[in-house]
Amino acid sequence: MSEALLSVRDLRVGFVTEAGRVQAVDGVSFDLAPGEVLAIVGESGSGKSVTAQTIIGLTRSANSRIEGSVRLRGNELLEASEETLQQVRGEQIGMVFQDPMTSFNPVYRIGSQIIEAIRAHRPETSKRDAHRTAIELLDSVGIPDAERRVDDYPHEFSGGMRQRAMIAMSLALEPEVLIADEPTTALDVTVQAQILALLERLNRERGLATILITHDLGVVAEVADRVLVMYGGRVVEQGTLDEIFYDPQHPYTWGLLGSLTRLDRPRLERLPQISGAPPSLLDLPTGCSFRLRCPHEFNRCAELPGLDARLAEAPGHCDRCWLSPEQKRERRLVEGEIGLGEPAR
Amino acid sequence: MGRFILRRLVGMVAVLFAVSVLTFVIFNVIPNSDPAQRMAGKNATPELVASITEEWGFDDSLPQQYLTMMRKVFTGELISYSTRENVNERIVEGIPATFSLCIGAAAIWMFFGILFGYLSAVRAGGWLDRGLTVLAVTGISMPVFWLAAIFLNYLTYKTEIFPSGGYVELTENPLEWASHLILPWVTLAILYAGFYSRVLRSSMLDVMNEDYVRTARAKGLSERRVMSRHVMRNSLIPIVTLFGLDFGALLGGAILIEGIFGLEGVGQYAFEALSNVDLPPIMAVVLFGAFFVVVFNTLVDIAYAYLDPRIRLGTSAQ
Repeated sequence: MSEALLSVRDLRVGFVTEAGRVQAVDGVSFDLAPGEVLAIVGESGSGKSVTAQTIIGLTRSANSRIEGSVRLRGNELLEASEETLQQVRGEQIGMVFQDPMTSFNPVYRIGSQIIEAIRAHRPETSKRDAHRTAIELLDSVGIPDAERRVDDYPHEFSGGMRQRAMIAMSLALEPEVLIADEPTTALDVTVQAQILALLERLNRERGLATILITHDLGVVAEVADRVLVMYGGRVVEQGTLDEIFYDPQHPYTWGLLGSLTRLDRPRLERLPQISGAPPSLLDLPTGCSFRLRCPHEFNRCAELPGLDARLAEAPGHCDRCWLSPEQKRERRLVEGEIGLGEPAR
Repeated sequence: MGRFILRRLVGMVAVLFAVSVLTFVIFNVIPNSDPAQRMAGKNATPELVASITEEWGFDDSLPQQYLTMMRKVFTGELISYSTRENVNERIVEGIPATFSLCIGAAAIWMFFGILFGYLSAVRAGGWLDRGLTVLAVTGISMPVFWLAAIFLNYLTYKTEIFPSGGYVELTENPLEWASHLILPWVTLAILYAGFYSRVLRSSMLDVMNEDYVRTARAKGLSERRVMSRHVMRNSLIPIVTLFGLDFGALLGGAILIEGIFGLEGVGQYAFEALSNVDLPPIMAVVLFGAFFVVVFNTLVDIAYAYLDPRIRLGTSAQ
């Protein structure tokens, strides 16, 4: 994996809160190759956003404890100075956030916020040049009449346009990596598809390596090359898009796939769901963190399974589940479809 | 903008009208306020009272008396019942002292309020924050009259560092002007600085959790720029509101401070008028104060529109 652009090893992020210590991310490792789209999938609280924000040092604080290693082209970021990180942010790693409504400062024009990003890294750029670049960027992400709209305030943009502008801003300095943290969650379905198409185009045209964070496997299916499924701060399964979708190994992944709405199957009375709520990070069960919601739990689950490749034919496909591959293939079928099955209790 | 100003002007007239009517009515219903009786003195004969009543028009109907008084206010002919001085002249004489006091104190409290609030927010939870919090709450809790008395006792009577009260014109002797005003400025500013630093601190802490602040960091801005451009600007809105109201109200006269330090400003005049139950100066001072409150309220609204482009003045908003 020497060609990895971004390499995360055994990343652990803990926060001290009033209620106690929370291990938000517990031993996450992955590599991102140039031009690759990696999806990190999981529910709220699975640690996916914290992972993403820790990569560019946004979770650093007196109350957080960060361990492990994050290397960008071999340079360690976790121990980098704040000044170094400021250069990395925007310049080498761009970031797009979930809610485009609140991610722009409401009191400054869209254009001036893009210009600010450019001039923070290239102070020698004249305002006029930066302004022209901002227009080109907005135009390239599909903002109509960018010449005029560049001087609009954020509240004059629609949600979809704001997210386009957000993407434009994150690309202003042509970073090699884009981290998109739930970029479509706050948008209408039709707009979601447009934003995904845009991300895919950027990935294809610019070779932009992308980490796409989402809770929506439907989004993943559209654009991802590889998928990381997270639960309770840990990676529970990882593999290529096809491996995850056609041969899912972890029961949590079955549940996520089973609860997808699909047009190619008969409409069900009720969409299958994963019973229960995600565990509180303050009080994770010992062993497999999913076992309390898993209908297939057995005595071995009290011991934490490692993230290992358990399939001879797919060495890159790893999961954290004690069931044998045969048991998994048998149990994940619910009425002929992939699903978690009914709780045993 | 034109429409906005026009609407505000109409509003201002309405407010001043309401305030003046209220003042007038209150004065006429409180007991022992018959001005003729007071002007005639303690041992006045009924004849004297009657002649004063007729001479000053106190037997006219109340609306008539109100109209007469308002006409006099705006033509500058208003005469005090107790001192027989021209009210408008006294107010104009008091303006330099009052404005000097307010502008100087405001500069001090805005500087320290913003500085301390900023430091508190940036170091929230740390020792500096705790120290400044204690300082601010102490400042807010100390009554102005008490603090003023302490200052006067230790800094003028015992050590004679500062002159004891009075006001010297700025044009006459700038150094004396400042040395006479330092204690009143500080006394007044301590209260507001404490208050403003607390408001700014909590407002900044709110803004620091906003998504757009995270965005600003994510695009690689320096911490100083994130704070000054993205946090401060958006946190100043409540400060601007407070400042407009407080400063407007103070210009109408800082009664306690002016009284204690003998500044002979509008506030001290108001105090005299109230002690003498003297309607003409009360009316004039109240209108004077209300005028500034309304004007500064309008300025606050204009400042809002500048600070937050989502707010549009007038009717142009869709």
